[in-house]
Amino acid sequence: MRLLNERNIEDIALGAAVLGTGGGGDPYIGMLMAKQAIRDYGPVELYTLDELDDNDLIVPTAMMGAPTVMVEKMPNGDDIVNAFKTIGKYLGKPIRATMSIEAGGLNSVVPIYTAARVRMPLVDCDGMGRAFPEIQMVTHTIAGITATPMAMSDERGNTVLMETINNRWTERFARSVTVEMGAMAMIALYAATVGQLKTAAVPGTITKAEEIGQTIRSARQTEEDPVKTVREAVGGYMVFKGKIADVQRRTEAGFAKGDAFIDGIDEFAGKRLQMSFQNENLVALIDGTPVVTVPDLIATLDIDTGEPITTEGLRYGFRVAIIAMPCAPQWRTPAGLDLVGPKYFGYDIPYVPVEERYG
Amino acid sequence: MRIGIDVGGTNTDAVLMDGTTVVSATKTPTTPNVGDGIVTALKQLIAQSGLQSSSIDGVMIGTTHFTNAIVERKHLQPTAVIRLGLPATVCLPPMVDFPDDLREAIGGRSFLAHGGHEFDGREISPFSEDEIRGIAREIQAAGIHAIAISSVFSPVNTSFEEKTAAIVREIIPSANITLSSKIGRIGLLERENAAILNACLRTLAERTVTGFKSALAEMQINAPFYISQNDGTLMSADFAADYPVLTFASGPTNSMRGAAFLSGLKDAIVIDVGGTTTDVGVLQRGFPRVAALAVSIGGVRTNFRMPDTLSIGLGGGSLVRGNPVKVGPQSVGYEITSKALVFGGDTLTTTDIAVAAGYAEVGDANKVADLDAAMVAAAQDRIEELVNNAVDRMKTSAAPMPVIAVGGGSILLKRPIVGASEVLMPPNFAVANAIGAAIAQIGGETDRIFSLADMSRDTALATAKQEAIDKAVAAGANRDTVEIVEVEEVPLAYLPGNATRIMVKAVGDLKES
Repeated sequence: MRLLNERNIEDIALGAAVLGTGGGGDPYIGMLMAKQAIRDYGPVELYTLDELDDNDLIVPTAMMGAPTVMVEKMPNGDDIVNAFKTIGKYLGKPIRATMSIEAGGLNSVVPIYTAARVRMPLVDCDGMGRAFPEIQMVTHTIAGITATPMAMSDERGNTVLMETINNRWTERFARSVTVEMGAMAMIALYAATVGQLKTAAVPGTITKAEEIGQTIRSARQTEEDPVKTVREAVGGYMVFKGKIADVQRRTEAGFAKGDAFIDGIDEFAGKRLQMSFQNENLVALIDGTPVVTVPDLIATLDIDTGEPITTEGLRYGFRVAIIAMPCAPQWRTPAGLDLVGPKYFGYDIPYVPVEERYG
Repeated sequence: MRIGIDVGGTNTDAVLMDGTTVVSATKTPTTPNVGDGIVTALKQLIAQSGLQSSSIDGVMIGTTHFTNAIVERKHLQPTAVIRLGLPATVCLPPMVDFPDDLREAIGGRSFLAHGGHEFDGREISPFSEDEIRGIAREIQAAGIHAIAISSVFSPVNTSFEEKTAAIVREIIPSANITLSSKIGRIGLLERENAAILNACLRTLAERTVTGFKSALAEMQINAPFYISQNDGTLMSADFAADYPVLTFASGPTNSMRGAAFLSGLKDAIVIDVGGTTTDVGVLQRGFPRVAALAVSIGGVRTNFRMPDTLSIGLGGGSLVRGNPVKVGPQSVGYEITSKALVFGGDTLTTTDIAVAAGYAEVGDANKVADLDAAMVAAAQDRIEELVNNAVDRMKTSAAPMPVIAVGGGSILLKRPIVGASEVLMPPNFAVANAIGAAIAQIGGETDRIFSLADMSRDTALATAKQEAIDKAVAAGANRDTVEIVEVEEVPLAYLPGNATRIMVKAVGDLKES
């Protein structure tokens, strides 16, 4: 067990934005919420799964909805506590701790707010090891853990509790409820025991995000090559270095889709990388040949600072490094690829683990 | 004829312009009471040109005075904030991300009230007159007159902010009220922050605008005068007294607009090379391209439409040292006239390199005659690389664009710039700021979320454009000259009904009185 303070939160949000692979939300609001809660209620305890009892019940908490709405209608704070407590009441069991469901800039730190408010620990794990856009896209689904009972709360005091037949139905209903709640809801879902999470979750995510955040911050101060140090810190591969030559965007079914075209520099001169994204970076091709695909992680970093760039932030002229990281092993199973493989997102490309191409 | 004045932190510059001709220009030190410096500048201008003050049609003033007050935490009024949005937004109260010293400097009193809207126009909770009355009485009892009012999604629906202002004014008739919807865009904290900064500057703004007025009266100039704002357009002096925060970043904007005017180009890259830094910006249709990301002023995050400039550590005073040769970011700054080799100093600077390479005639060229030619070439290569990279980063496409170089340090830019179709160094570049103020126009903008399920995209765009045009006319533009200069559509992820955020900016010539 260790304590998380305000400084840790900045590093976690920054590092989680790298793991967010271009998506995962703007960390600013989540980071402010978590810092303010620690200021008001004291530091948050972070436990590893091994430090907890196998029977302990863990309930993840998160924000769901449109990022544009989150920056305007911020939560009440009691809403996320309501969602969290409703699950415990419904299950009739005491909850031991909360956790992050995704490693993105926003939802990596929102559970820190919950933890501070309810005076419970945070568990050092998450349900993706990266960011994904839909509720069923968590490692819990592969392990057979259901998203429901799921509680969704708004600032008015409304809480919707749902039971569904599978996690894709949960996504459908939850999306509608979110809209009624004002395009933003605070949610608690995927209740599981520590024993289940030892195989179902991605362990160590919070610490990993924090280390990445620290690496970027200290690379700024020294004159090291920040991209190289980040790549080493995440155990990733250098896929490409170049200058963004064009970004094409379109919206389909509520998702911000698009492609960025990057012209190589240095050892990649003369080559062109195409990166396709749908909220998150999903597929990278060099001169038409796939080099990394979802569910492996594709992060875009500013070449000078090592800072992650979101898909919304991609712009002509940016000098970027594309690094790839292996995804959590759960995603590489047939069930995992069924949920989040290239085919699910509409790319007719077979999945080849990044280590096999770069190892 | 028009007079443009730039009141900077160090210098007050003034130009007299007849149509598109610069008749006369002057530079004097800025005074603690800004009016005195303006009077001095005007006197010089009139003496140089033999002008009758009656033939002046308008005076345009650009100033960094209000930005500096925030940065230095000086002359700020105690301010109260009322936010409508309960039961939402409680977890992040107003001023939550302010630096402590600024929060203390303005008293930091905030109140949350019911109200606010959803993204689709529904009310979050009903507005309560009694609740606002109670808050207004508390503010009155605390003796506070500067009040900022924000409401969730007020850019979509301004009614709750307006109702609140009316009630507060009933109870505190002398209140200086700033509505967030009049200032900022979507993004509650950033818009509210801007409203708070505005509220705490109102007293200073009134005093300053009165100072400007009496300076002009002293010079017997009866022409209307305007203050330039951050998007390169003008506001009337009385409007500026109400919205001082809109002057933030007008300096770089005026300088880029001035560069556009001096060169006659509407689409170009502008490089402003100073002593320590080089600022690179982009002109699109004669206006600076605005930054997409949040901009921090005095440690406070806002979402103003600031010019998108890239600042790099290269200037006329940048240090040149090491092997391999390194240029900047350290600089001798204003001490260049004593420290650079060509001025008899002992520090090798980029100016010395320019002189050694034969690009410029500054100081004593003999003092750099012995510099190693290979080192001079390597330093030039490095300068070229820095400039090329900065220009390339700011470009929006691979097509070559003209580059306008202004600023005293532009003597460094003799080599061709990659991606530049031509490099222009216009005369009078030293007063580009004041010229930018003199030629400014009147603008209006709208920024709202439209649901394309209810209306066609064309209708939504036409509605937004009409709103922007009406706002420009209301602000004093001549309707016949108003044109749309910027349209931005952002489809919103995870929202139903094809929600799209549309931002439109319209600009027109000043209506002559």
